[in-house]
Amino acid sequence: MSSATHSSHGHAHAASHGTWKGYTVGFILSLVLTLASFGAVMTGKLPHSAILPTIAVLAVVQLIVQLFYFLHLGTAPGQRANLAIFLFTGLIIAIVVGGSLWVLHNMNENMMHPMPMSMPSTTGD
Amino acid sequence: MSTTITHIGAHGGHHDHAHHDDGSKTTLGFWIYLMSDCLIFSVLFATFSVLSANTAGGPSGRELFELPFVLGETMLLLISSFTFGGAMLSMHAGRKSAVQIWLALTFLFGAGFIGMEVYEFAKLIHEGAGPSRSAFLSAYFGLVGTHGLHVTAGLVWLLTMLHQIHKFGLDNVVQRRLSCLSLFWHFLDLVWICVFTFVYLRGVL
Repeated sequence: MSSATHSSHGHAHAASHGTWKGYTVGFILSLVLTLASFGAVMTGKLPHSAILPTIAVLAVVQLIVQLFYFLHLGTAPGQRANLAIFLFTGLIIAIVVGGSLWVLHNMNENMMHPMPMSMPSTTGD
Repeated sequence: MSTTITHIGAHGGHHDHAHHDDGSKTTLGFWIYLMSDCLIFSVLFATFSVLSANTAGGPSGRELFELPFVLGETMLLLISSFTFGGAMLSMHAGRKSAVQIWLALTFLFGAGFIGMEVYEFAKLIHEGAGPSRSAFLSAYFGLVGTHGLHVTAGLVWLLTMLHQIHKFGLDNVVQRRLSCLSLFWHFLDLVWICVFTFVYLRGVL
């Protein structure tokens, strides 16, 4: 691994510095995506059920935009280790967050009945 | 491979050995730290999501959050991310005074963000919606407060780097440290994207 890193120093640096164009494009895209997210909620023009999926997608797109233009994450030789570590972290996050929400959602569904619908005293369980 | 890392790590701290290492190992190590920080935030996000409906009869996000104010905070942090980009480009061009100006601007926008957040927290606590009011508010203050502490640490680091640039100029060690701070600062903006989307915007739905 260390030899590969050494041989690619020149290219990796050129690729990981970024340019004014890159930062400007990233900034404008982030600005547009942020305003779109707030607009989707504040203007109330979208149907209510579509708002959450919309802002979730906009957030993921903005994360990718900033990772690419600001953090210079990519498939360039010097960035592959960072990218691999990032993807593995993403997997763990998906397990932790997705798992927590899944387990606790099921627990709330099955164990807690604050509504009177489950109150009849005829059942034995 | 582990011996290589130990070897470089043992020498990386000395200024006179810095030319052996271009800082890519340090940057990789710092990236691994950032990913572990990511895990801290992901656990706090999971906690907040699970508890966001548990208001214990207290105020919910819909009653508490003011989106125009949050949009202002978001803009400050986004602009500070851009100005840090300017500092990095000036650093690679070797223009010391330009780096100092960009970093000072970044500090001002970051400090503005923290000022707004402190004001928001003080207002919530004054209204009786402090972290002890409900599980929802505990999780909210835990998550947003952790992000705020990170930004505050970033501001302290920024001041330290401004002092080091003044004292040492843009030598290899200072460049390496600025590269790490750059990653840290952009990373905090990434976390904030998730905060405004899944805490504030989702909270008022």
